[in-house]
Amino acid sequence: MCSAVRREPDPAEAAATAMARHRHDPHELVQVLIEVQEACGWIPPPAIDCIQARLGLPRARILGVATFYAFLHIFPRGRYRILFSDNITDRMLGSEALLQRLCRSLWVERGRVSEDGLVSVDTTSCTGLCDQGPALLVNGRAMGRLTPARIDEVAEKVREAVPLEDWPAAWFRVDDPVRRRDALLSGTWPPGEALRAGLARGAEALVGEVKASRLRGRGGAGFPTGQKWAACRDAPGRTRYLVCNADEGEPGNFKDRVLLSTAADAVIEGMTLGALATGARRGFLYLRGEYRFLLAHLEDVLARRRAQRLLGESILGHEGFDFDVAIHVGAGAYVCGEESALIESLEGRRGMPRNRPPYPVTQGYLGEPTVVNNVETFASACLVALHGAKWYARLGTPESAGTKLLCVSGDCARPGTYEYPFGVSLREVLSDCGAGEAQAVQVSGPSGATVPAAEFGRRIGFEDLPTAGAVMVFGRERDLFEVARNFVHFFAHESCGFCTPCRVGTSLLRNMMDKLAHGHGSPYDFAEIERLNRLLQVMSHCGLGHSACNPVLGTIAKFRPAYQRRLAHEEFEPAFDLDRALAAARQMTGRDDAAAHVREEEEGTA
Amino acid sequence: MDAPVRKLRVATTSLAGCFGCHMSLLDLDEGLIGLLERIELDRSPLTDTKEVGECDVGIVEGGVCNAENVEVLREFRRRCKVLVALGACALNGGLPAQRNVLSLPLLLQEVYRAEPGAEHGRIPDDPELPLPLDRVHPLHEVVRIDHFIPGCPPPAEAIGAVLGSLLAGEARPLDPALIHFD
Repeated sequence: MCSAVRREPDPAEAAATAMARHRHDPHELVQVLIEVQEACGWIPPPAIDCIQARLGLPRARILGVATFYAFLHIFPRGRYRILFSDNITDRMLGSEALLQRLCRSLWVERGRVSEDGLVSVDTTSCTGLCDQGPALLVNGRAMGRLTPARIDEVAEKVREAVPLEDWPAAWFRVDDPVRRRDALLSGTWPPGEALRAGLARGAEALVGEVKASRLRGRGGAGFPTGQKWAACRDAPGRTRYLVCNADEGEPGNFKDRVLLSTAADAVIEGMTLGALATGARRGFLYLRGEYRFLLAHLEDVLARRRAQRLLGESILGHEGFDFDVAIHVGAGAYVCGEESALIESLEGRRGMPRNRPPYPVTQGYLGEPTVVNNVETFASACLVALHGAKWYARLGTPESAGTKLLCVSGDCARPGTYEYPFGVSLREVLSDCGAGEAQAVQVSGPSGATVPAAEFGRRIGFEDLPTAGAVMVFGRERDLFEVARNFVHFFAHESCGFCTPCRVGTSLLRNMMDKLAHGHGSPYDFAEIERLNRLLQVMSHCGLGHSACNPVLGTIAKFRPAYQRRLAHEEFEPAFDLDRALAAARQMTGRDDAAAHVREEEEGTA
Repeated sequence: MDAPVRKLRVATTSLAGCFGCHMSLLDLDEGLIGLLERIELDRSPLTDTKEVGECDVGIVEGGVCNAENVEVLREFRRRCKVLVALGACALNGGLPAQRNVLSLPLLLQEVYRAEPGAEHGRIPDDPELPLPLDRVHPLHEVVRIDHFIPGCPPPAEAIGAVLGSLLAGEARPLDPALIHFD
């Protein structure tokens, strides 16, 4: 029962406030919609009317954006919107049973809003708490370490309509266990020291130093950072922008969360170094919606750095060195981790990847030269400024200089963040995290590589196993087919829908994997899965489609028996029960004669 | 002189389709004359034969919307060495599949009960009438399909090209210019 009368916020008022806060700039549409969503719990039509009139945007454009992002809703989704993180590591920790427990307890059907409009319960893509799962989001707030007892307590708070602010703060505590520190995480320096070192070198020399350090992008692709900075600096344009990509959506990754919460100064300082090197005057930190709990902390760090003259105008007294950072919050779209989709989102549009070239370094945010770097890349750049290229390049391997943060989760005794010099073998990582008898490791997340036990001698680095950071460990008893199926569902959910091969292909692949899982598989379906994967790989517009087939191709190559076990039938059979498909018509007509049924086909006749 | 070649035995049918694909086949015009020297028709709307015999090729237009469609399609699969899905409805469900967004009970209610019509507010229950499935399916969701010819309708040349390659005993991919997903 409702314990207090709650005044519903006025949607038009909420929209007006949000737009005013963003200077009525149509490029801020995503931020405006997020703030309306936060105020009202959804985006009601009067708010859309108001935005349409004031920002002068077509309604279809506003609705297009609002329906693109998973955390924005144009229909009410309940006063409490509970989303269980659906990464495979959450599942391995029992998230499915917890979700069902909560649904039963609240008398609500998964995916639906309860009759009284109080609550909805559903799943969402990995929320980045794999080191403390299973996890969920309630109205966007992250909650980890779920247990059946906690779920019952949550159900009680929801039933009693206790405002979220009054739930115990301990429930929302996010830990950042760091199990191994190396150059980056053990390096502590007073805020501004790396920047002073950079200024002492000068912009030109700094770019040279970063190039010479062989620092490469830490988001997984490994583009040389110095080259990117130089290209942006040299590209013709009226102004330059710098973006820190903290849209850490790849399931199994959480190192950006750890860096932003424990070493935000290093990240912002690295951005400021990037600004010095490229001449950018404005920067954005694109924070994934799931990490909204870091927003207040990050705003504090930014404010303090402004006060310390480490941001703003004439940084550290250097005339003409002006740079500031604005935080842009995401709203649940994995594809926005792709740099051109991220820029689209920054500009207030659906996060759909652009054609490349032109690359963002020449035409990025608002068509101007833009550097997009990963959180860890910026933080690592500080080490180069502080200690020089020679020192940095000595860490790691010839192709992969420096250190890498690994996010270890799954079947191991000590999940958490581990920093190693590049070149560390999986075997060493597994031994450090107490993985015991692991069967396989998924490196870098669903789009990465599935590595079987026989290959645990392989090494982290661009020469062998490039990674954004995720190391998901699967013990002996895990079913690698189910792992791949979870990843395929992820890609089908996160496809942006722009190109047909990916939009349709990922859904078809999901349906076929489900068909096998439900016991309707045949060698024919297996051949189809392989064919579809080739199509996805060759025909898709961006990396999401290209890599959507990786988990399946990888597990087929290394764990074929997991699939063969599921090819229960020699001949093709439908994924559904044909006779049951007539049940509705039988009921409506009252017929039950022979022609009102479809005969079971004998194996080998079809 | 070459020895007379055995003619390819071909059956065709239209399930939940409009016969437009069959009309497109007829658009091969004078090409039909040469074709008929190399194929013989089994069950087909063109022969009005009701039973399908042992065939080399079966060509099926239309999707699967009711119990009879299921029976006919399975019969084709059993009797034909090679099964070809012809046209948009066979490939994707097409126009009839537009009902898939609505539940079947709702549809039957709306069509037969809400509007006073021929059935006087009753849903027809004659055993002669095939029962509708809860949703319309493309052919390949019900049986294994060997070749697909897209289009609404597929151009005559596309049908001719596929038959030509089957006659030649090979599975040549269709010229992209002949592929229409409209």
